Amino acid sequence: MQAERIQEKLEILADAAKYDVSCSSSGSNRKNTKRGLGNTGAGICHTYTEDGRCVSLLKILLTNHCIFDCAYCVSRRSNDIKRAAFTVQEVVDLTINFYRRNYIEGLFLSSGIFKDADFTMERLVLVAKKLRQEHHFNGYIHLKTIPGASDELLYEAGLYADRLSVNLEIPTESGLKLLAPEKNRKDMDEPMDYLKGEIVRTKEEKKIIKSTPKFAPAGQSTQMIIGAADETDRHIIQTANHYYATYQLKRVYYSGYIPISHDKRLPGIGAAVPAIRENRLYQTDWLMRFYGFRHDEVLDEQHPNLDLDIDPKLSWALRHLDQFPVDINKSPYELIVRVPGIGVTSAKKIVAARKFGKLRLEHLQKIGVSLNKVRYFIICEGFLPLKSDKPAVLLKQYILAESQSKYQKALSSQLSLF
Amino acid sequence: MSTTVYYDGTWQGLLTAIFEDYEYRLQSCIIVKSGTAVTQSLFGRTHQVYTDKKKALRVKNGLLKNVGKVALQELYCAFLSEKEGIEVLILRVVQYYMAGEKSVHSNYAHEDVLQIKKIHKSVMRERHRFKAFVRFRESTDGIFLALIEPDFNVLPLISTHFKDRYADQLWIIYDVKRQYGLHYDKSTVREIVFDKSIDVKQLEAVCSTEEQLYDRLWKRYFQSTNIVERKNTKLHVQHVPKRYWKYLNEKEG
Repeated sequence: MQAERIQEKLEILADAAKYDVSCSSSGSNRKNTKRGLGNTGAGICHTYTEDGRCVSLLKILLTNHCIFDCAYCVSRRSNDIKRAAFTVQEVVDLTINFYRRNYIEGLFLSSGIFKDADFTMERLVLVAKKLRQEHHFNGYIHLKTIPGASDELLYEAGLYADRLSVNLEIPTESGLKLLAPEKNRKDMDEPMDYLKGEIVRTKEEKKIIKSTPKFAPAGQSTQMIIGAADETDRHIIQTANHYYATYQLKRVYYSGYIPISHDKRLPGIGAAVPAIRENRLYQTDWLMRFYGFRHDEVLDEQHPNLDLDIDPKLSWALRHLDQFPVDINKSPYELIVRVPGIGVTSAKKIVAARKFGKLRLEHLQKIGVSLNKVRYFIICEGFLPLKSDKPAVLLKQYILAESQSKYQKALSSQLSLF
Repeated sequence: MSTTVYYDGTWQGLLTAIFEDYEYRLQSCIIVKSGTAVTQSLFGRTHQVYTDKKKALRVKNGLLKNVGKVALQELYCAFLSEKEGIEVLILRVVQYYMAGEKSVHSNYAHEDVLQIKKIHKSVMRERHRFKAFVRFRESTDGIFLALIEPDFNVLPLISTHFKDRYADQLWIIYDVKRQYGLHYDKSTVREIVFDKSIDVKQLEAVCSTEEQLYDRLWKRYFQSTNIVERKNTKLHVQHVPKRYWKYLNEKEG
């Protein structure tokens, strides 16, 4: 009976939590002290669901009871669904026992808001505290920060959790007003601002006093729902950039809206999940964080949306043909990494290998560079770029004609709608 | 004249073989584990290596001095791939490393070096997978047992990870294919070999009622956390190739 009930709760509360896309379990370096249980830092994906997303953390809600009525959320109070709530001890037992069997890297605990912000936050903190103090658990803990929770609770959360996150929900304020009128951006910014301050302060203190306890060592992240309101990609990336810069977020997650409601304000049930758009946004996010691109280089007033048929770096390059060709054997790393078809790893290998001799096209191929794209943009030993006199439109056609996009099928069906 | 070299199949043994290739000017063309059947060339010589820690250490130190720890570890990982002909490839690369200038190990344009990097990468990928694809079952006597069949011999590479992580827990990870395992007794990790009369599958079946509960809960969780609207079987199988499903309880029918 007891076991049956736990199973049912797990089904309901895992199902309700699955729309939160954060899965990261790296970025923290908690050691296993005093022969306790677990450590972090390895960033292991223990399995993958049939939709191809990684399972790294036990991702559940403490409860799906909620006082809010946000249009895009399955747990909204007006939705007629089964409700359930875990006890603190039940979450602790599940985490420990899943962890011991090497199923997970740790816990990602979120919750619907029951009663008020502090009441909810207090219980989230209690789970983390019990895991750390009673079970000497050093695995990964990601807690949701509940907007409106008091600073004292946020502080305690930071002491036990590796990562904290507030969801921005909708990228634009107008969209938020439309779909979640009971929420506002300010309530989300405040906890982020407080936690950023504490994270910075702890880091400073740790430089002087080594024994300063860890405070959310894996930092903060956030998530935005894509395609529920009518924002452009430029809006989304501007918002992301603002939060990266202002609150020093470690990650911004983009979650393509999955239709779950007949609400007229939203895309109807059966509408496709904007998976390609989501992927292009992540690529842009990567360009900002690892490739040295500014957000307004990729998207601007003339180009407010990302191309779906080509990746954002190629799209940028085709708009900036004056910056090419790049000489593989002479140009600095920063320019090489901007060439379409060359990733961070390949760029580093190129810079290392060219010290031993001039690199030719076949060397690049062996290093793992995709020649289909690069050959229009580079010079290397014995090679000049193809069709360098041709306009961007034609180059794009050449590249597309010879590439096999994994999205080809999805794209042709989505584009034919227009 | 080329030589066929036999060694004991250990890393130390291979390092000794590499030392002796230089010492006796062997021009080794085949290096294999003793007992392996090879087609001898008519005029070829054979040479038997007896593992010598001192010789092995000299090769190791030479490599450390010339190319450093990382490059040495790459060679060790490549060795664990157990690929046919890996010994001779390692020999050639060691010779290149020892003859050349400093940091030649980052010459990605060199055929053999690139080959080692590639094999190293696939061994490391397998190592990472087996930090993930190990599933412990708690037996009635409190030992957490996991069975694995990795493509490469990765047990030596994951030992420390599991020792650090499950420091307060008794566990065994057993490589069914290579018929040996690691046993941790809450202080040290030791290599073990099960008696041939033991059926490892049977061992796994002996588990507590609590084990059955969490096994069931995990399977339910795995189903519930899936988003049906985003089904993507190709990506799923790419991340969890079918050959690993055998020991993953969430993939049991």
